[in-house]
Amino acid sequence: MWPLRRARDPSPSRLAYRLQRLWLTPFMRVLVRIGLPAAALAVPVAMHVVDADNRAAIAGQAADLRRAIEERPEFMVEELRIEGADRAVGNALAAAVAVDLPASSFHLDLEALRTQFEAFDVVRRADLRITSDRELSVTIRQREPALVWRDREGLFLVDPEGHAIARLDSRTERADLPLIAGDGAADHAGEALELFAASEPLTERLRGLVRVGERRWDVMLDRDQRIRLPAEEPVRALERAIAADRARDLLARDVADLDLRLPERATVRLTADAQDHMRQMRRLNSGESN
Amino acid sequence: MSDLYQAQRAMRRMRHAAMQRGVVAVLDLGSTKIGCLILRFDGGAPEQEVEGVGPMAGQAGFRVIGAATTRSRGVRFGEVHAMQETERAVRTVVQAAQKMAQVRVDHVIGCLSGAQPRSYGLDGAIALGNGPVSERDIAGVLAACELPDYGPGREVLHAQPVNFALDQRANLSDPRGQFGQQLSCDMHLLTVDTDVVQNLVHCIRRCDLELAGIASSAYVSALSSLVEDEQELGAACIDMGGGATGVSIFIKKHMIYCDSVRLGGDHVTRDISQGLQVPMPVAERLKTYHGGLLATGLDDREVIEIGGDTGDWDHDRRTVSRAELIGIMRPRVEEILEDVRARLDAAGFEHMPSQQIVLTGGASQMPGLDGVAGRILGRQVRLGRPLRVRGLPQGATGPAFASAVGLSLFAAHPQDEWWDFDIPANEAPARSLRRAVRWFKENW
Repeated sequence: MWPLRRARDPSPSRLAYRLQRLWLTPFMRVLVRIGLPAAALAVPVAMHVVDADNRAAIAGQAADLRRAIEERPEFMVEELRIEGADRAVGNALAAAVAVDLPASSFHLDLEALRTQFEAFDVVRRADLRITSDRELSVTIRQREPALVWRDREGLFLVDPEGHAIARLDSRTERADLPLIAGDGAADHAGEALELFAASEPLTERLRGLVRVGERRWDVMLDRDQRIRLPAEEPVRALERAIAADRARDLLARDVADLDLRLPERATVRLTADAQDHMRQMRRLNSGESN
Repeated sequence: MSDLYQAQRAMRRMRHAAMQRGVVAVLDLGSTKIGCLILRFDGGAPEQEVEGVGPMAGQAGFRVIGAATTRSRGVRFGEVHAMQETERAVRTVVQAAQKMAQVRVDHVIGCLSGAQPRSYGLDGAIALGNGPVSERDIAGVLAACELPDYGPGREVLHAQPVNFALDQRANLSDPRGQFGQQLSCDMHLLTVDTDVVQNLVHCIRRCDLELAGIASSAYVSALSSLVEDEQELGAACIDMGGGATGVSIFIKKHMIYCDSVRLGGDHVTRDISQGLQVPMPVAERLKTYHGGLLATGLDDREVIEIGGDTGDWDHDRRTVSRAELIGIMRPRVEEILEDVRARLDAAGFEHMPSQQIVLTGGASQMPGLDGVAGRILGRQVRLGRPLRVRGLPQGATGPAFASAVGLSLFAAHPQDEWWDFDIPANEAPARSLRRAVRWFKENW
């Protein structure tokens, strides 16, 4: 008798063969392994999202989750600490820049706060950072006044970069600082400081610098003496004047005006008394000679 | 002839497409086993040297990524005998090889060992115009070869230019770019039965595969088994398969003769089966485990249990001495070798400068075959194994895989055949234009 169940044919059926070949096609593999699961996931998600209530619920949950993370104590900023500024300046800054604390560090816009701090004249630079002690630490570098500037509107303190820091009520409040005057004088504060440094020997007599025609400087000394400096290389001209003073006591004499604007020719104007005196001397001399 | 030319060109195009995709399968349809190798053509140099695999004369542009073998079904004498069965076997082997390679193959290069190949030597000559020999001239001289009347129902399988001669200078392998008056060429033409080829093509089509080339099994096993010197100096390769034994003669790296004897290892098995009254699988086992061809005195005393499970105690416990087994096998092997000898004699092998004979194929593994073959075929006989190619599994390196390996070499670097050259286009338009110009010159 033949066996009831014949031995299975080891060869694949035509269908199995074709299916295997189809499975080995790269496109089909990608379709089945990525495309089908993706589609199976996308369909219920899409059906859920189509409903507006569901969308709102999802958005609300997302917002809740976000708030929950943002309001964790690790991310909260409790207080503001201002360093590197005088007590008065610091208090004024803290009052002026109203930072609403406590706030989450996600909500603090440090860049905007920095521009707010740096908008004050007295602040040269502000560095903000959120420390691990849940503090907003602001490191302020104040502008240091270097000059007093007398303008049409009054007296100002000016830093070496020419930036006006604060208004000054009277010159005597900061008598230690040198004085400059004239329109646009503050814009050339650096040059003015160089001139002050060069005029060291004249310090006792120096009253201040005047910016003339927004172009050049005049050095004002006591006894209404004035040294007119050229627009170009004023420091060298001043040094020459000081050298002349040392050699011949030029400025100690009755000179009203020392004009150095032309570098090759210094001009000296005498005071009215000196001119009269000189005229008298000449007349006497000529009388003697006649 | 023209439609065959077109068909072969179509197969060449298919092969190019397969090369572009980089994956092609070779299918060795044998009478005993069907083997399939899947090759990946990476084009680059081998990344690491594998021991025992040399540079292989530039044959290393591919790698075997899938290999499978199955028992052959429906193939007899190297020809498709039962289409459905063969198709199932091809499906089995292709599926297994694809599974190993994890890649889908669409292009198959096949070989056939039967189909009564017949060799023809052709020659043709054309007069050359001015200028060096161009590819068109070669196509012209190939087309000028006089085709023999190979009869109806036959088809050309290989048509390889073997030798070119330019005036008195013969033995040119490549005359292109040279000058001369007359170009002649010798061509080796191999024809096979059309029906057998069509059966093979149809069988592969039914497996959803495209045939990208077809080769004679004797030719490709010589490609893999003959070393380069033997191909150059002249040698014969005897591919002893299960149902057919292929004979091919090589000289100067070209095949000049190919034939097939319709006898093989299966006949030896059938003789054992008939002589010992055992079923074929048992006979096959006896042949492979205990078989031999040279009997010694010891073999009389070596008793082999035949075995069996018929239920008859006496029948299942018969024994046979090894000498008896050898006595059954040897006459059949001698008959095969005599037949091969007759084919070689007909081809004029004794006039070859070198008469090296290489035995390969599954049936060449019978112990003592080289001794018997040396006695019948001549003294210069050796057993050949196929070239080792990259990625070939250890199990597929034996002589039974000579034609599969050779087929992969053939797939990587096919020899130029007649259809690789463009058919000489009709020169009628050019000539009529020239005639018109001449007419103008004469009349104006």
